[in-house]
Amino acid sequence: MTIETRALPVATDLTRPFWLAAKEGKLVIQHCTSCNRNQFFPRPFCLQCLSPELEWIQSNGTGSIYTFTINRRGSDPYMNARVPYAVAMIELDEGVRLLANIVDSVLEQIQIGGRVHVTFEALTEHISLPQFRLTSEQTA
Amino acid sequence: MNPLLKNSVAIVGAAESDLGKVPGMSALELQAQATYRALQDSGLTLKDIDGVFAHTDDKMAAMLLSEYLNIKPRYMDSTNVGGMSNVLHIRHAIAAIAAGMCSVALITYGSTQLSSSTRKVGGAFDDPRSPAGQFVAPYGQLSPIGYYAMAANLHMHRYGTTSTQLAEVAVAARKWAQLNPLAYKKEPLSIDDVLNSPLIADPLHTRDICLVTDAGGAIILTTKERAKDLRRPPVYVMGIAESFSHHYTPFNVEDWLDTSVAETAQSAMDMAGVSRQDIDVVQIYDHFTIGVIQALEELGFCKRGEGGDFVSGGRLAPGGAFPINTSGGGLSYNHPGMFGMLLILEAVHQLRAEAGARQLSKAEIALVHAPGLVFSANSTMILGV
Repeated sequence: MTIETRALPVATDLTRPFWLAAKEGKLVIQHCTSCNRNQFFPRPFCLQCLSPELEWIQSNGTGSIYTFTINRRGSDPYMNARVPYAVAMIELDEGVRLLANIVDSVLEQIQIGGRVHVTFEALTEHISLPQFRLTSEQTA
Repeated sequence: MNPLLKNSVAIVGAAESDLGKVPGMSALELQAQATYRALQDSGLTLKDIDGVFAHTDDKMAAMLLSEYLNIKPRYMDSTNVGGMSNVLHIRHAIAAIAAGMCSVALITYGSTQLSSSTRKVGGAFDDPRSPAGQFVAPYGQLSPIGYYAMAANLHMHRYGTTSTQLAEVAVAARKWAQLNPLAYKKEPLSIDDVLNSPLIADPLHTRDICLVTDAGGAIILTTKERAKDLRRPPVYVMGIAESFSHHYTPFNVEDWLDTSVAETAQSAMDMAGVSRQDIDVVQIYDHFTIGVIQALEELGFCKRGEGGDFVSGGRLAPGGAFPINTSGGGLSYNHPGMFGMLLILEAVHQLRAEAGARQLSKAEIALVHAPGLVFSANSTMILGV
């Protein structure tokens, strides 16, 4: 039996604010109110100073491509139907990294260091996936 | 590791199971077969074994194997940290033997990934609530392929490394495989063949990526005192080190081209009391061509960024200035999901001067380097005779 649906995240109590925000079109990350550091992915306390006083802050959604690849083979049947697609490690301007697809962009124009901004891809009624697209000046 | 433990144990038995495509056997049966052959090699019996270290796709592999062979060990370890797991088991066995928890350790691996088609290209993100399940799996990242493709892109961007240089690694591996009767892929392979093979995740082509085969292996370790009276020349563990960074979500790894290989290499060489110039045999886990280039740099055999030049002109191939991965490696010999066992076995064959047409002229000290998962863990081991 093949899986024809996309691999979907399942939120925990800790990560639910991230996914709820994404559904509203906002990218949020954890910020430590004690030592001022940001962290991603979510943890129950600050890994730097052990403070449990973490708040969710909204990222301005911009960053640059740390590195990337173009997939010619999908990770599952659902993604196989969507090749070629780009997977990139994004470094947000707030200093944390996350994985995403580069969407709505010309694949040949993706490069390391390229500027990107967040967009959201609705997967289900409840889940929207943060994605990134190349900023317009690069695609011009 | 405590330098007093240098040469405290030796590999006294070593054997592969059947390799390549073995459709009629289970992973457990491959381990049992390799164990039988390793025991024959050593002259020891099942009754001598009191420590069992194993891993397969089963999380309780050491219990499974012990039940199957009716071994009642005093110590067991089924730790799975990816491809390097059997190197880790050797280090743990040294500690266990030193602590008196066991005296003869059996270390095995077996996999039928080819025959049973169990290789998951998408990686093992079974729990959709895990960090990788939430923040990696939805993006269709191939794992581990995608992460090493990303590292290759970074290497190319930073240092100007080329796909042709990556292909050199695959071509050298194939030339070694042609000297190995047990190799799975032996047909001629050129740089152009690698470059013209289908891209899987840019810039990695099919031939930049290791094989998927069935295979298993076993080694038997015991104290240096006991090793002296056994059938085969002891292969001593001179130095060994391991390090850990992450699981399948390397978001917090600052530099993907600096993955703590240097630390394990230095630590293992310090324990062994050897320098790079002393090493005759180098076995580097070649899951991907980029992995070899990156490891050569991080191990200190060439400068950072010079790995592409270092491997060019057939330098890694038979007759080259820096021959490595003499079995043909994971790229052309066999790669049963986790290559660590076969990497160790090839070092043993070289040190025991039983490698046939691929035997290196001088083989007294060997370096084995293996990572686990997606540059998540590292192990370096120095063996000597």
